[in-house]
Amino acid sequence: MNEMNQVRKPPVATTGIIGWLRINLFFNWTNSLITLFVIYCLYQFIPWILDWTIFSADFKYNYLGEQITNQEMCSRNLDPENGGACWAVIYVRFYQFIYGFYPKVEVWRVNIAYAMLALALLPLLFAKLPYRKYFLYFTYIFPVIAYFLLNGGLGFTEVSTNKWGGLLVTLVLGCTGIALAFPIGIMLALGRRSKLPVISMMCTLFIEFIRGVPLITLLFFGMVMLPLFLPEGIDMDGLVRVLVAVTLFQSAYMAEVIRGGLQAIPPGQYEAAKSLGMSYWRMNLLIVLPQAIRISIPPIVNTSIGLFKDTTLVIIVGILDLLGIGRGTLADTNWLGLSYEIYFFVSLVFFIFTFGMSRYSLYLEKKLKTGINMGAD
Amino acid sequence: MGNFELNKSIIWINLLIWYREAIFEKRYLNNYLNGENNMKKLLSIFAVVAFAFSAHAGTLDDVKNRGFLKCGVTTGLAGFAAPDDSGEWAGLDADMCRAVAVAVFGDRSKVEFITTTGKSRFPTLASGEVDMLARNTTWTISRDVNLGFEFVGVNFYDGQGFMIPSALGVSSATELDGATVCIQTGTTTELNLADFFRLNGISYEALPIETNDEGKENLFAGRCDVYTTDASGLSSTRAAASDPDKWVVLPEIISKEPLGPLVRHGDHQWGDVVRWSLNAMIIAEELGITSENVDAQMSSNVPEVLRLLGVEGNYGEMLELSNDWAYQIIKQIGNYSESYEANVGPDTPLEIARGLNALWTQGGILYAPPFR
Repeated sequence: MNEMNQVRKPPVATTGIIGWLRINLFFNWTNSLITLFVIYCLYQFIPWILDWTIFSADFKYNYLGEQITNQEMCSRNLDPENGGACWAVIYVRFYQFIYGFYPKVEVWRVNIAYAMLALALLPLLFAKLPYRKYFLYFTYIFPVIAYFLLNGGLGFTEVSTNKWGGLLVTLVLGCTGIALAFPIGIMLALGRRSKLPVISMMCTLFIEFIRGVPLITLLFFGMVMLPLFLPEGIDMDGLVRVLVAVTLFQSAYMAEVIRGGLQAIPPGQYEAAKSLGMSYWRMNLLIVLPQAIRISIPPIVNTSIGLFKDTTLVIIVGILDLLGIGRGTLADTNWLGLSYEIYFFVSLVFFIFTFGMSRYSLYLEKKLKTGINMGAD
Repeated sequence: MGNFELNKSIIWINLLIWYREAIFEKRYLNNYLNGENNMKKLLSIFAVVAFAFSAHAGTLDDVKNRGFLKCGVTTGLAGFAAPDDSGEWAGLDADMCRAVAVAVFGDRSKVEFITTTGKSRFPTLASGEVDMLARNTTWTISRDVNLGFEFVGVNFYDGQGFMIPSALGVSSATELDGATVCIQTGTTTELNLADFFRLNGISYEALPIETNDEGKENLFAGRCDVYTTDASGLSSTRAAASDPDKWVVLPEIISKEPLGPLVRHGDHQWGDVVRWSLNAMIIAEELGITSENVDAQMSSNVPEVLRLLGVEGNYGEMLELSNDWAYQIIKQIGNYSESYEANVGPDTPLEIARGLNALWTQGGILYAPPFR
């Protein structure tokens, strides 16, 4: 065998773990310095946070082995040296955080609704799901089922929305807002770009008006002023009024996001569709919108995440969402002073949902290859 | 309701004014969350609204037909109204709501609690979404007169106080010259504070904060020397400290904050029901009737006891309630003292002494008109 023909391995320093470390963490001296500094910070922070949240924390019992029923029994209040977080407050109040004041005998309905929500999301999340078509049918009728399940009717006892709370309200507001705003937003975006002046002006007016107003104002308007203008005898549910406000708000933003996508579609696409004899609606549904929405995915998810977090503003109008229940708990004399635990828990729940949404958008972007150019050049 | 169309247009105009100012001044968030700055503009709307609905009478009948009472409470305030672990609302204000439900239905569970914020409480009451408010609301002339509400009594006498670390070694607020004070912006407490320090010729540095939580954190972290808000709020802040003994509430109370339940103007029958539900609890304490001994008191020889419990006279009928309404309140809720001790009293984490809220015979100013 000739020396020359032997396959030579690449230098050790450019492959494997060492290579990765060299290229990503210790490329030059500033890079190395920053890496070391970050490692030092993590070293300082991570043990402390792990200790506080897990190792020294009380979950149900304090360090004496008693079940915790109020803040005085938390380890850290019995002995500040000995305790971390007091998660018992979440344990005791878990029901309220998840269901609000929903009656205990009826709570199976909420559980079924939660399970059905997961089922309804499946076909949206996984394109390769077997029998996806049938799952999608279920997704379309899910809102109707959920309405009767949660609210009552059709043989179910009525549960006034006043008793809803916690994660239930957060999810109802977030999901309804996002789901309804999407079609309305598309219509508004198309309307704003329409050549018919009345339609385009009305859509522009609506969008600009709603976007010019903070969500709080809309909530307040829906909650406080709306009932005064309704004729007597018509009693609109508080949660519905808030839902209307949230949906209007979200659709205005969604419309602008989708309009951005529409503007990125080269005129050649429109012209090609028209030259094939397509009508306005066929052109938009088959050619323009699929491309426009595809490139708008990151901002769509962005505004959706924004809305999901904005739902916490409903506390202003006296609806107790997840954060509201947390604040209510802090006002219970049994649990005074546990604000770290409660806010930590609430942020964790919000983080799980928003992080899930952002991961999903990344997955969608990869799947649809939104990065590639679509005949723009 | 004849003028309703006219009123409607006035509401619209007011709304537009308020809306424009909210947008252009860009103060909306602050105003909604904390400030009372925009209150005046809102007040004018509410006044019109209240007027528009003032012709709407017969709340008692509405409540009876509906089968339960709708009572506006806070979204959570320690000792006054907050959900307990099982989701039941508990507190002094929650008890007030329950007392009215008991008076009407004889059943403490026939009440639906509607949570309201400082900003949404008045419109909620004005629009008839709740039958009454028991929401830590200070009785002031503008609210009573201009807003078109009727305060029916006082269920807690509060006032603005000061809390400091005991290590500061100060025993009176007049010694606080040069102190840094944590103060919620845009509230009446801010104005009271300025007045108090100016009157006493001493200076202070204000550290503006937005929420009670923020005030607590700033005080505990030593960023301010003094935290000032209503005394009941100070007590809950102190109770939330890891070591409550390190903090003291100074004796000076620099403002009057009589907190009480309120109803809409123009429905005196309903106002009477709420007023006397509160009075019945106070009178029961005066007469020494408790939820424990109320059954034994039915055979008392004190005439006022017999009148209150419905054994003699027909006071229940006058209110269009059953004759044992007061008996049921005392039996199911307790007298004022029982409610106070259970929710805010010295044995609770809040540790608020009776003080002004003691009976007039015991050094306080709690006083109910005679039951005859």
